[in-house]
Amino acid sequence: MGRIKVNDEVQEVSLPMTLAELMTVNKVLQPDMLSIQLNGEFVEKESYAATTVKEGDEVDFLYFMGGGL
Amino acid sequence: MDFTAEQVERYSRHILLQDVGVEGQERINKGKVLVIGAGGLGSPVLLYLAAAGVGTIGIIDGDEVDLSNLQRQVIHSTPTIGMPKVLSAKETMNRLNPDVCVVTYHELFTVGNAFDIIKEYDFVIDGTDSFPVKFLINDACVMAKKPFSHGGILRFDGQTLTYLPGTACYRCVFHGPPPSNAVPTCSQAGVLGAIAGMLGTIQAAEALKFLTGTGELLTNRLLTFNAKTMNFRTVKLKHNANCPVCGEHPAIAELVEAEQAVCELKKKS
Repeated sequence: MGRIKVNDEVQEVSLPMTLAELMTVNKVLQPDMLSIQLNGEFVEKESYAATTVKEGDEVDFLYFMGGGL
Repeated sequence: MDFTAEQVERYSRHILLQDVGVEGQERINKGKVLVIGAGGLGSPVLLYLAAAGVGTIGIIDGDEVDLSNLQRQVIHSTPTIGMPKVLSAKETMNRLNPDVCVVTYHELFTVGNAFDIIKEYDFVIDGTDSFPVKFLINDACVMAKKPFSHGGILRFDGQTLTYLPGTACYRCVFHGPPPSNAVPTCSQAGVLGAIAGMLGTIQAAEALKFLTGTGELLTNRLLTFNAKTMNFRTVKLKHNANCPVCGEHPAIAELVEAEQAVCELKKKS
């Protein structure tokens, strides 16, 4: 187990874990709606399955929000 | 600019602000802001910009006022149902503040008119619910080096960022619109009406900060909030080297008309 931060909140997860797995753990229903920053750097969608999260990492899940009218 | 006694009284609460003062109010009165979409976000933005005395306010929207709009689009009212939104909004703004020159464009914001329209303005506000138009606003503003405010709302959530030339743009965060079947729009998923007011007033405040040169804009930051928890979060953003419009090797060199994933509400009406 290890501690990381997702959207500023501490999560205990079993490391190592990929960003794709972290999305599943966090019940992201629509991966198409998400952009991810890992320690302040954007990760390309194609790399989610190959990018692993380490102890102390900070992950931001940014959701696409299209409404306005 | 010499203020009349009436203007000094009207704008007194701005003039009293140390960071605004007479000089800042003059900048507001000379300012030109374009609001794209006179709906949920556009309504509070337009009301507060008109109240503040922004000299020229452009409104572009091709829609007419619909009964289902009135739960959140507070610039319109029951008697203006069926009227073009730009005219309904203009009427309300003229009543609120006759100082303000309101320019209306009863049309869609497109590749064809984007540059011609935004070049007339100092600051642009995205208040649309069309995904392709959100990206078109971004691309046109990045290419024309025009400051703008992005805003998005859904259900109980809202998010906004401000762009100045050189800072992280909307495409730095979201490369392009998600597949149209992946993302619910407000008309499909619903939205708490007051959320539009919460986010729109933040966008209006950013425009006024920009015009007066006050404070720190929401640049290189994405503000998100959830009204169920009332948690506000500001995520630091870095300019994305892989951004398709402002990155090191931009794939988008000119404006492109994306396939239109129109709001379900519009299809019905």
